[in-house]
Amino acid sequence: MEETGDAVKEKKLVFVTVGTTCFDALVRAADAQDLKGELLKRGYTHLLIQMGRGSYIPTKSAGEDGSLAVDYFTFSSSIADHLRSASLVISHAGSGSIFETLRLGKPLIVVVNEDLMDNHQSELAEELAERKHLYCARPQNLCHTIASMNLESLLPYCPGDATPIAKLINRFLGFPDD
Amino acid sequence: MESRNGCCFSDLSPNFITYIIVALAIGILRVLYVMYQSGKPFRHRLPEQPLSTLVVLGSGGHTAEMLNVLSVLQKGRFAPRFYVAAATDNMSLLKARRMEASITETSGFKETSAQFMQIYRSREVGQSYITSVWTTLIAIAHAFWLMIRMRPQVILCNGPGTCVPLCVIAFLFKVAGIRWSTIFYVESIARVKRLSLSGLLLYQLRIADQFYVQWPKLQRKYPRAHYVGCLM
Repeated sequence: MEETGDAVKEKKLVFVTVGTTCFDALVRAADAQDLKGELLKRGYTHLLIQMGRGSYIPTKSAGEDGSLAVDYFTFSSSIADHLRSASLVISHAGSGSIFETLRLGKPLIVVVNEDLMDNHQSELAEELAERKHLYCARPQNLCHTIASMNLESLLPYCPGDATPIAKLINRFLGFPDD
Repeated sequence: MESRNGCCFSDLSPNFITYIIVALAIGILRVLYVMYQSGKPFRHRLPEQPLSTLVVLGSGGHTAEMLNVLSVLQKGRFAPRFYVAAATDNMSLLKARRMEASITETSGFKETSAQFMQIYRSREVGQSYITSVWTTLIAIAHAFWLMIRMRPQVILCNGPGTCVPLCVIAFLFKVAGIRWSTIFYVESIARVKRLSLSGLLLYQLRIADQFYVQWPKLQRKYPRAHYVGCLM
């Protein structure tokens, strides 16, 4: 009885993405044993890591006997499909990746890369975290963030709108409002 | 003979210096006038005459934001449209082409009023500074060539660096009276507290006629900027 229960157990995927960057610190943090344990505790069953140009290779696992199934790849043209099938997204701080995930309404943890020289990226992640649209973490406290997060408390993000700017541009150029 | 020449030269030189001073003064006045006049909205223009528009596509998130803006602008007003992206960025023009193709499909126009161009970047990531002097010169010459061909009336840009040379050249065209173009700069959504370097340059030098930011904190810091809310 228990076995059949396991077989039909719903797949809950955690998708980690670093985009086109090299962000080994995040891949390494996602591959850590205690983080995987934390994900299991929260009911996730699969971990898929998009590792980009990084050189750290995570350990694959088929996920037998109740452990977390882990897989990875470097790049894919179907990132959107992976995002859609995920129950939780852990992403680098690129704006494209952040807004694509938010628009899909997926719970999101953004991990800021502290090795980047011009680290303006943390600005956006921190602002959106303040507005409760996502969680913002660093590689070293990602595990703690997962352990303490409450996904229910996240607020859905309303996609932005370009009409105010179009109005200003038209008005400046002397085109009538319509 | 020699002494006469010398005498003539010393006769001329005060005049010559006056000419230079007058020319410089006129030049500075013209630059100040252009700076003053930039940022003033158009009032006396045929309202429905289309304006040739240069769209500078930044890459990645920048391109996505720009295409969002374009999707709500009336295409009949902004035509023809010239799209420019960095030569190393092959995704941006592809995305713009796709968007233009969908416009032609839905509007039923046979011909698209869009052109697509690539521009050299002055410096690639990791390139040495010595070789970048040479590549910068080539990039500037190429930008000049493109701008002379396009002479856009409207420039839409949102960083990063690719748009700066084009905007500076557009400003020089304004000073020289070649073409008056209106420059709209939209700071990226990723900038919450500080402007990007491109944004800061175009804001401080008053090259951008209209400067838009997507977060209220930035607007408070840069009062000439307009807050337009999030584009994404």
